Amino acid sequence: MSAPDPDSQPIADFKSRPDLFRLLCQAAAALAVLTLGWILYEIIYGAWPSINKFGWNFLATAAWVPNREKFGVLPFIIGTVASSGIAILLAFPLGISIAIFLNENFLARPVRQTVRFVVEMLASIPSVVYGLWGIFVVIPLVKGFGDWATVHLSGVPIFSGPAYGNSLLTASIVLAIMILPTITAISRNSLSAVPHTLREGAYALGATRWEAILGVIVPSAAPGLVAATILALGRAMGETMAVAMLIGNSSRLSWSILSPSGTLAGLLANQFGEATGMQVNSLMYAALILVLITLLVNLAGEAILRYTQKKTAGIH
Amino acid sequence: MPTLVENTGQSKVSAIHELGRADFISVRDFNFFYGKKQSLFDINMDIPEKQVTAFIGPSGCGKSTLLRNFNRMNELIEGVHHSGEIQLVGKSIFDRNVEVIALRRTIGMVFQKSNPFPKSIYENVVYALRISGQTKKSLLDDCVERSLRGAALWDEVKDRLHESALGLSGGQMQRLCIARAIANRPKVLLMDEPCSALDPIATVKVEELIRELKQEFTIIIVTHNMQQATRCSDRTAFFYLGKLVEYDNTHKIFSNPSEKKTEDYITGRFG
Amino acid sequence: MDTIGTHSLDFFKTDKHEASRALSRSLKNRFLTLLCIALSLATLVPLVSIVILVLKNGLPLLSRHIFTELPPAAGMAGGGFGNAIIGTLVMVGIGLAIAAPVGILSAIYINEYAPISRLAKTVRLVAKLLTGIPSIICGVFAFAIVVMRTGYFSAYAGGVALAVLMLPTILLTAEQALTGVQSAYREASYGLGATRFQTIIRVVLPDALPAIMTGIMLAVARAAGETAPLIFTALFSQYWANSLSEPTASLSVLIYNFSTVPFPHQIQMAWTASLVLVAFVTAANIIAQTAFSRKH
Repeated sequence: MSAPDPDSQPIADFKSRPDLFRLLCQAAAALAVLTLGWILYEIIYGAWPSINKFGWNFLATAAWVPNREKFGVLPFIIGTVASSGIAILLAFPLGISIAIFLNENFLARPVRQTVRFVVEMLASIPSVVYGLWGIFVVIPLVKGFGDWATVHLSGVPIFSGPAYGNSLLTASIVLAIMILPTITAISRNSLSAVPHTLREGAYALGATRWEAILGVIVPSAAPGLVAATILALGRAMGETMAVAMLIGNSSRLSWSILSPSGTLAGLLANQFGEATGMQVNSLMYAALILVLITLLVNLAGEAILRYTQKKTAGIH
Repeated sequence: MPTLVENTGQSKVSAIHELGRADFISVRDFNFFYGKKQSLFDINMDIPEKQVTAFIGPSGCGKSTLLRNFNRMNELIEGVHHSGEIQLVGKSIFDRNVEVIALRRTIGMVFQKSNPFPKSIYENVVYALRISGQTKKSLLDDCVERSLRGAALWDEVKDRLHESALGLSGGQMQRLCIARAIANRPKVLLMDEPCSALDPIATVKVEELIRELKQEFTIIIVTHNMQQATRCSDRTAFFYLGKLVEYDNTHKIFSNPSEKKTEDYITGRFG
Repeated sequence: MDTIGTHSLDFFKTDKHEASRALSRSLKNRFLTLLCIALSLATLVPLVSIVILVLKNGLPLLSRHIFTELPPAAGMAGGGFGNAIIGTLVMVGIGLAIAAPVGILSAIYINEYAPISRLAKTVRLVAKLLTGIPSIICGVFAFAIVVMRTGYFSAYAGGVALAVLMLPTILLTAEQALTGVQSAYREASYGLGATRFQTIIRVVLPDALPAIMTGIMLAVARAAGETAPLIFTALFSQYWANSLSEPTASLSVLIYNFSTVPFPHQIQMAWTASLVLVAFVTAANIIAQTAFSRKH
């Protein structure tokens, strides 16, 4: 084959031109990264007067009286931790059960797919609809239970009276339903990542199905289950509307789960719209605490999840 | 034909003394299906006691499928069914009264990929005893030493019994899985390509072990490696396309096979 | 013969102790199976309850007027929430207009240009962390950068809040979509002398588009249902909006506001708004799933 005439066709223009599209993409990526820093910066900036004025005391004081400029978020921190903690206690056994159920073949595939669909549906229902549903379904149930419990279980501090419908327990129950999809999805992933050979190994040694599940499969998936719980905890702590509509938004501290309580997110939702002056700064401070807690929890969850993926990658 | 004592409570003596039964496991007119696809056709064979029987044949010939029927592992797969009979010492393993759990303790299995549980070496070995409720420490300790010695692993791991099994080398893991299987004192040991993931040195160790273990166990080994079959088996069965083509003494199969297909396979003309 | 692990060859028969042990094991096994099934099926209860209540309480008011009229004043009957539907769509649109370009371009950068760079690693981590940030924080952020600067609540502010909310979803799904494009396509394109830009625009993006659309629809579904980011950025309005720089109604904030008033008509309207919102979110999710399945 003869070479083409070099004059008729310039071979190439080897000069590389600046790739503008690359720069554009890089700028977008930088902006995405900056968003997180920007959020933190704006919140800290807005919170600064309050941080200056109240310092660490803000975390340890149980007072929220805007017209006297007394601000402390202790009850809301406790309420946040308590409501999401109870929600995890309720959702964890359920979520793991469903994950196991989806990972086994107890019932025919269509049933499993239905359950899976239902759990995914639960994830897509807006928070505010959960709140509305909670007001008309869960509040009456909890009130009924509370009236009974304050009489018959009055010795137990967490059931001390009087019982309210808008209470920590109500918010926790609805939160539990809301975080169920998170726990289920991540748990199911880590259960199904356990090599099939381990299950066969257990069966070949004469294990029953549940001996294999509880003795071999669940322990192998344990880090993933822990990560699922932690990430769900992060979600529960940041969940706002349903909680704000159900928990009663009280800054009073109480041992009873049947009393109204409050969360950081609920506080923001309730007061930001009408806040002025130092109240805005203090709400920003509360937002900062919420962001830091959830970031920390999520970082921990992600780290465990990553560790799990590395570890299971080795087993296969 | 010796009969076993049935449901009378005095069974333990029974067939133990029937050393060297030629039909320790017998397969009769056995067909097996994955859904609609038939993967085993009319298998008939008798597997002798305390000998090593090798199953050879090209991939997909059904040798592993048959092996996994002996301890009913195939039942884990949805949509499988079978016809015909597999008997262990004259008793059907598919009998309605057979607890599959008990069956699997009588017929142990070692897998292609070693699959130690993410537990300590010690806990791996005693797993079967633990699930059957054994808690006496001295018994468990004895079992660990006996099984690990039996699997020629004791000297290598005796100082780190309580470390994770996942820290062992590939060959050690596979021998641990053998120890775990024999801890149960099974009568039969099924081995599904136990050396396919091992390096040559580890393979030699496991093969030596197999020859030793046949003193005590009836061993059936599926292998792709024909040298391995000649090195450690007494009987060899050649499978092709779901059928048992030829089944004879290993020496006979490899020196003077009766079937053309067998000869083609062992001489490497296909497979 | 020692006693551990010894089984008679007749494995039908075990001694008394062993038999009772086996029985209790198999009973335990069955019990756990039933428990697991029961707990799993129990999840049907809340969902069924929500769906039934939303339909039962929401359907009676569902009519054409709902979509064309303004919310009724306190205690008044009639009316609808046309302005809230438009408000939701507009603010989701603003959010999308900001988040989609940033998210997709970032994804292109971290997958096509510099997949193992430090920036790419940081982008992935930050996107994961942003997913975990409470949605109300997006509202606080938009409040700080828009409401406090401009001095008024607006659809812009709500849109910015939703943009922050949508960004990580769009970014992460777009990255996954790009990872799913076979590298053989890229190599073929480069082999024919195409530039990086041409390869991305003509080969990679078209192939990844369905999956990217899935991510966008998922983000839209999530944003449309969110209340917390809007509640003090867009606030609410009883009227049709004249511009994007005034307080704007949204479906979710309407549900929130009306759910706590003592007027039965308003409460019923909250249910009807829930019905419309759930229908919209579900439709967006279904579109997202089917767009995805078309590719694979």
